Amino acid sequence: MTPSEQNPPSDQATTTTEASHKSAGHSRRVFLFKLSLLLNGAVGAVLAVPIVGYLLGDAGKKRGSDNSWISLGPLSDFPEGETRLVNYRNPVTTKWDGQTGDVPCWVRRVSGTTFQVFAINCAHLGCPVRWFAQSKLFLCPCHGGAYYADGARASGPPERGLFEYDHRIDGGNLMISAGQMPTLATQARKEPPLIQLEVSGSAARLAGVEKPKARCGSCQT
Amino acid sequence: MPDLKQRSIAVYDWFERRLGLGAPVIEAVEHEVPASTASWWYVFGSAATVILVLQIMTGVLLALVYAPTASNAWNSLQFLDHNVRLGWFLRAIHGWGSDFMVAIVLIHMAQVFLFGAYKFPRELTWIIGVFLLLLTLGMAFTGQVLRFDQDAYWGLGIGASIVSRVPLIGGALVDLMLGGPIMAGPTLSRFFTLHVFVIPGLLLAMVGLHVWMVLRLGINDWPMPGRLVKKSTYVREYHELTEKTGIAFVPDAAWKDAIFAAVIMLAVVACALWFGPFGPTGQPDPTIIQTAPKPDFAFLWIYAVLAYLPASLETPVMFIAPVLGIGAMLLLPLFSPEGEKHWSRRPVAVLMIAVIAVTLGAFTRLGMYTPWSPIMDAWTSDPIPVAYLQDRTPLEREGAIVLQNKQCRNCHSIGGEGGLRGPALDSIASRMTEDQMIRQVLQGGGNMPAYGNALSPSETTALVRFLTTLRGNNLSPAIDASRHIVLSSEPNIPPPVGH
Repeated sequence: MTPSEQNPPSDQATTTTEASHKSAGHSRRVFLFKLSLLLNGAVGAVLAVPIVGYLLGDAGKKRGSDNSWISLGPLSDFPEGETRLVNYRNPVTTKWDGQTGDVPCWVRRVSGTTFQVFAINCAHLGCPVRWFAQSKLFLCPCHGGAYYADGARASGPPERGLFEYDHRIDGGNLMISAGQMPTLATQARKEPPLIQLEVSGSAARLAGVEKPKARCGSCQT
Repeated sequence: MPDLKQRSIAVYDWFERRLGLGAPVIEAVEHEVPASTASWWYVFGSAATVILVLQIMTGVLLALVYAPTASNAWNSLQFLDHNVRLGWFLRAIHGWGSDFMVAIVLIHMAQVFLFGAYKFPRELTWIIGVFLLLLTLGMAFTGQVLRFDQDAYWGLGIGASIVSRVPLIGGALVDLMLGGPIMAGPTLSRFFTLHVFVIPGLLLAMVGLHVWMVLRLGINDWPMPGRLVKKSTYVREYHELTEKTGIAFVPDAAWKDAIFAAVIMLAVVACALWFGPFGPTGQPDPTIIQTAPKPDFAFLWIYAVLAYLPASLETPVMFIAPVLGIGAMLLLPLFSPEGEKHWSRRPVAVLMIAVIAVTLGAFTRLGMYTPWSPIMDAWTSDPIPVAYLQDRTPLEREGAIVLQNKQCRNCHSIGGEGGLRGPALDSIASRMTEDQMIRQVLQGGGNMPAYGNALSPSETTALVRFLTTLRGNNLSPAIDASRHIVLSSEPNIPPPVGH
């Protein structure tokens, strides 16, 4: 210990006080920084709600809520015992959908007022199935799924028969409930026999269907 | 001239004083690498990066014209192909660049795996590389969707159908993917966003990390049999090796990268010039169902696998196999960070690469000619060979007409023409007796639908009579052995004794 080193006690004192000031200031600023992080976290959470809501959009809504009843044409368009390709404009479209808003389906008039309306999409992976009247089969070009005239699975990779639309006859027109692309997720729970019974249950729901234009006036033009 | 040189140095210094990037960049490119790594085996990563740059440049140029709406996308591609000067060429480069990029990323991955480069301390480099592979495939798929034609439209249908099989949330995921209830305008907008903003952003960020780690950790040393990786000693050994044999990456090692990159670019350009752009095939009109959709090259093998999986296994395999496969790739470096790097001491690794390559190749090849698909117009386009009609009875010839009319040839070939879904019928009578054929035609089975409802008895008789004449190159007909015994033993049965 040299005297010179011991000499400036006051200096040391000032540096200590400066240091303590500095560290006090530091800890205050650290606190403020943490507070700002917290604030930004809160702002982020507030922002995340609309962003995630926008992104997920309608993903959480009830299955089949996009469906509405549309007409495929008068019964006279469909000869008994024949299966015909019918195109309809999807009830939910945007103006920039172009041709993709037109959806085909297969209408089979078994007899009289007994119909079956099949989705174009193969129950395997959604490719367009084609009807072959001579061999009475629907064939899929993608992986060779085959279905009988009544939509039942005949062979190939599909695990079930063709998807069917709910349908009814209204004022001499064949109406189907359409709007959503049929997939296993939307159709798996539907047991085909129940489709016939559902007509009475959904009668109330159908009451307002006579005016499909109300749903989207602009798309009907 | 010296004046000019001095002036350029002054300009450089002006920027360098403010930016300060020159010195570290020069240091990075001139860093020393072990001389053994200046190899033609080490050129794939840089080539993939160069193609990425090519893809970004051509992609930006295509976006100048492309109209990302469902109603106009297909038309704008036609416009690019036919009305914009060299538009077709830009599309072709972008398309072929995509195929080359997928291929080179896969080759790069196989090389890195065989050279043990994923081991300590480069585990994270490998893991990020796995994500880069997935992002590259994501670019390939979303790019195929932007070529908004029939294949793209129905490819989306296949994608949505796969997603719909996810348990519980499948329906919500389909809505999220399509942006609406059907494949339409919002769907294309979504895939445009993914292809142009989201995936490229992630891709560039991860390529940055990937390259940063290669620079930071050093390029993988050339593996030597018996030189084992140990976490405790590897870094020191690597530095010793670099000090002993080090050469500057630029220019001593990088010239090979540069030459290979140039060759690959020339190959892309050559393919673009020679083969032209991909599609677009027919317009994305779902009401035109006369189409046989097919995915792009990189996904043909998945298309093939989905044709062969039995229905009961399909959904589990669709969702469990990718998780296992990608999980295994991600965890590989964590489970085996040390030990032997050289392929000659890692037979399982070599075998895996061989098996995976052969499997992918075989399924891709199958995907190219889709033997499982019926040929939808074979029944009206391919005539019965004349030889099969000569010396036939009127009934047998009537059977040939039934065979044609009932679309049998969509799945069965005769004379080499027709579908491959079912067996060829040229020598069917040498394998099946008349009774067996009747049963098979009426009841189906073994992946054949039953035609009992589609054939009248007379049609069935005629058809089967015709089929019994198809014995290939005069092979002997199939016989029912038990029938033969019954017939030959009949005389020995004692006549029933009456009461």
